[in-house]
Amino acid sequence: MRRLTWFNATSLTLGFAFLYIPMLIVIIYSFNESRLVTVWGGFSTKWYGELLQNEAFLSAAWVTFKVGFFSSIIATVLGTMGAYVLVRGGRFYGRTLFSGMIYAPLVMPEVITGLSLLLLFISIGLDRGLFTIILAHATFSMCYVSVVVSSRLVSFDRSVEEAALDLGATPFEAFRLVTLPIIAPAVISGWLLALTLSLDDLVIASFVAGPSATTLPIKVFSSIRLGVSPEINALSTILILIVTVGTVAASLTTKRAVMRRQKAEQMADQSS
Amino acid sequence: MNLRRLSLIAVPYLWLFGLFFVPFLIVFKISLSDIALSIPPYTPTLELSEGWAGFKDMVSKFDFENFEFLATDDLYWKSYLSSVQIALISTFICLLIGFPIAYGMANAPKEWQPTLMLLVILPFWTSFLIRVYSLIGLLGQEGLLNQFLMWIGLINDPLIILNTNLAVYIGIVYTYCPFMILPIYATLIKLDGSLLEAAEDLGCSRTEAFWRITVPLSKAGIIAGCFLVFIPALGEFVIPSLLGGSDTLMIGKVLYEEFFSNRDWPVAGAVAVILLLILIVPIVLYQRNEQKMMEAEQ
Amino acid sequence: MPEILFEPWKDPEAKPLIRFQNVTKRFGDFTAVDDLSVDIYEKEFFALLGPSGCGKTTMMRMLAGFENPTSGKIMLDGKDISPIPPNKRSVNMMFQSYALFPHLTVYDNIAFGLKRSSMPKDQIDARVMEMLRLVQIEKFAKRKPEQISGGQRQRVALARSLAKAPKLLLLDEPLSALDKKLRQDTQFELMDIQEKTGTTFVIVTHDQEEAMTVASRVAVMNFGKLVQVDTPAQIYEAPNSAYVADFIGDVNIIEGNATTRDNIVSIAWAEGQPEIIGTPSKPITDGRVSFIIRPEKIAISTEKPADRQNAVQGTILDIAYLGNLSTYHVKLADGTIIKAQAANSRRRASRPFTWEDEVWLSWTDTAGVVLDN
Repeated sequence: MRRLTWFNATSLTLGFAFLYIPMLIVIIYSFNESRLVTVWGGFSTKWYGELLQNEAFLSAAWVTFKVGFFSSIIATVLGTMGAYVLVRGGRFYGRTLFSGMIYAPLVMPEVITGLSLLLLFISIGLDRGLFTIILAHATFSMCYVSVVVSSRLVSFDRSVEEAALDLGATPFEAFRLVTLPIIAPAVISGWLLALTLSLDDLVIASFVAGPSATTLPIKVFSSIRLGVSPEINALSTILILIVTVGTVAASLTTKRAVMRRQKAEQMADQSS
Repeated sequence: MNLRRLSLIAVPYLWLFGLFFVPFLIVFKISLSDIALSIPPYTPTLELSEGWAGFKDMVSKFDFENFEFLATDDLYWKSYLSSVQIALISTFICLLIGFPIAYGMANAPKEWQPTLMLLVILPFWTSFLIRVYSLIGLLGQEGLLNQFLMWIGLINDPLIILNTNLAVYIGIVYTYCPFMILPIYATLIKLDGSLLEAAEDLGCSRTEAFWRITVPLSKAGIIAGCFLVFIPALGEFVIPSLLGGSDTLMIGKVLYEEFFSNRDWPVAGAVAVILLLILIVPIVLYQRNEQKMMEAEQ
Repeated sequence: MPEILFEPWKDPEAKPLIRFQNVTKRFGDFTAVDDLSVDIYEKEFFALLGPSGCGKTTMMRMLAGFENPTSGKIMLDGKDISPIPPNKRSVNMMFQSYALFPHLTVYDNIAFGLKRSSMPKDQIDARVMEMLRLVQIEKFAKRKPEQISGGQRQRVALARSLAKAPKLLLLDEPLSALDKKLRQDTQFELMDIQEKTGTTFVIVTHDQEEAMTVASRVAVMNFGKLVQVDTPAQIYEAPNSAYVADFIGDVNIIEGNATTRDNIVSIAWAEGQPEIIGTPSKPITDGRVSFIIRPEKIAISTEKPADRQNAVQGTILDIAYLGNLSTYHVKLADGTIIKAQAANSRRRASRPFTWEDEVWLSWTDTAGVVLDN
């Protein structure tokens, strides 16, 4: 039986306070009439208004979403394939290198990845712009997707795939009709992770973006460099809100699925 | 090997090889080149039209001049050292803070666990940049932390935290904490509670059982968490750039500035190569740990 | 009216549905199946019986197409099936874990195989309903696997594997997850379904009672080899080795020296004990032999039986009371322990025998089997 000891309760409370207080402060100050952190000038939403009229921010946001959308989809497809190779691939030439290439980007400092990709694009004469950022993001995100999906594949019961083959499905049909629906939650998690990583990336985008394509993080970074701008507070609050809504929604869906499963098991016990 | 299997392996393999591995070779190549006022701003460049002779000519112009430069100029080796030091200390602090949180989560009543997990993941999904930004308002001289401490009377003059190494430590620990918590939590919840009961049944005290059983069995998660913090922290750029001062020496910042401010790509390349060499051992160890954990589950 | 015996293996004209021809399967250094040859005929309920690691599951997987033999040939209906992938064979399998598709309803699970073929939609529907009726789970057609009990999932797995009316159905330990009562009922149902559909069943099991109950023939395996392939009755009453005798049911094994004279075999097995006399059905070579006799063939009595040649005296060491029978462990003068079994045909507990009683054990001269060592 798990009880919450004093020690555990304290460490949890302190820990979460540590994680959340800075963000709460940003949210509060996004409604501050005054520009300064030191002074509370009264409640105001004017910074939100200014933000929404800021052309530079808006176009950067649009670029960021486009990059995020495309790179996350490519990353999900490639990452799922990579997971399959890792878990089901067996032995083949260069397996160690492949495994290394999947895990290394997870920990590689972004300055190195960014620099190396930029040099690659220059060497092959590819103009920097939207396309290069998408390629770059897809490359490092796919590794995260691989890790998420492969951890699901490892515990996957292969007898359902064999059953599908036994009943007449081709290997691809077995994947499409049986495996994929079952591992879908992991694939979706991977996709969301890839999307977040792309939307959030600063360093790599700095290296591989061109003059035509500025992403939101790049814009935000240069704004911060110039000083604490209250528009950034507003932007941060909006982003935090989006993430919160998304995460809470995801968590509620999982909770509902768990409850549905419990009800199903009850139904099963009663029917036997 | 049939065609289907071959293409399944080939597609991600070739993608990663071309877009991840080959670029490193290019970095190495320019680290051996010299800076030039041209586009691209380095020489020699590879002229494919000149064929093998062109290649040999290029190789002959390579030199280790940049590496010698790095070895002699104080800035660089001090930055490497400082980066390693900061990364190590931050990892350790992350462990001190993260482990109790993960432990608390793992031992919480089952109904709370999804919510707790949600609370840890939320900052993780929130923009990294925003979280660093949120610390700026907090740690400045007129920032809220100082205001709070002065208000409760703990200090009289504001502490100078922002733009020092201390702010960098706080920043790294703050932003990387979820990376430490999640792997440890994942390992701890798999721990069989009956093992601890068996230990106590055989005469261990609670604390002894913790150190002798819980900690060794969560080793894989602890190691994963440490690598997930240490390796990227070593090459961090955003945090030292926004929270650190001009005397904060971190190699990621140095590389970025060499590249963008000084426009010395060959030196930047050399900096990257040395950083990679420093990181190769931890990266390989990290990957081995992950493989081991995955094989253990199969 | 004489019973029409189903014995295609005795018919020299009959063509086997399945033929294993010198099949060997190796996994690295480990030989799972060792030069195995056997014929299985249509409409048989054939059991592969043996301990874990004996190769029975490997044989089944080779029939299904999930493994290929290292050497040798497997023929289905006269054709070599090795080049045919599992999804193209007219063989279906019922998995030990049932392997039901968790995201599909019971109906869709059963329809899955039919949808892979070119069967028109209304025919598929008719067939699925037929299968649901066959295993009696029409009520649960719309439910998902997690919403039904273990026994019902087993029926869905069975229905799904029969839906395509395969020539051969493989059952991988199908009843191992069920409790004893349910298992017995389901065994008879399986036999019914097999007869009704006329499908050839090959079942893999480590439960010898199960194999004996359902099978028309049992193949006892060990270390990748077939030890004996015979009807349950023959396997039980005429085992070809001590291994088979010991594997199935309870048995007494006594080693001794045999001498044959005038079609009577005498086995000297212990000092001071009378020789075992028997009438052999086939000639026995003199020398070291094992005498095998089942406990229920040994009568236990307080008085020396007058009409039997084989009788020994001993003390009851242990009694195992099983409700319907009792097994008596009797210790003879020279220390050998013999198991004798008797039905508890009297209801009242006027038990004739108890511990430490002096009793006589006796048997007829055809009650046992002699095996060469």
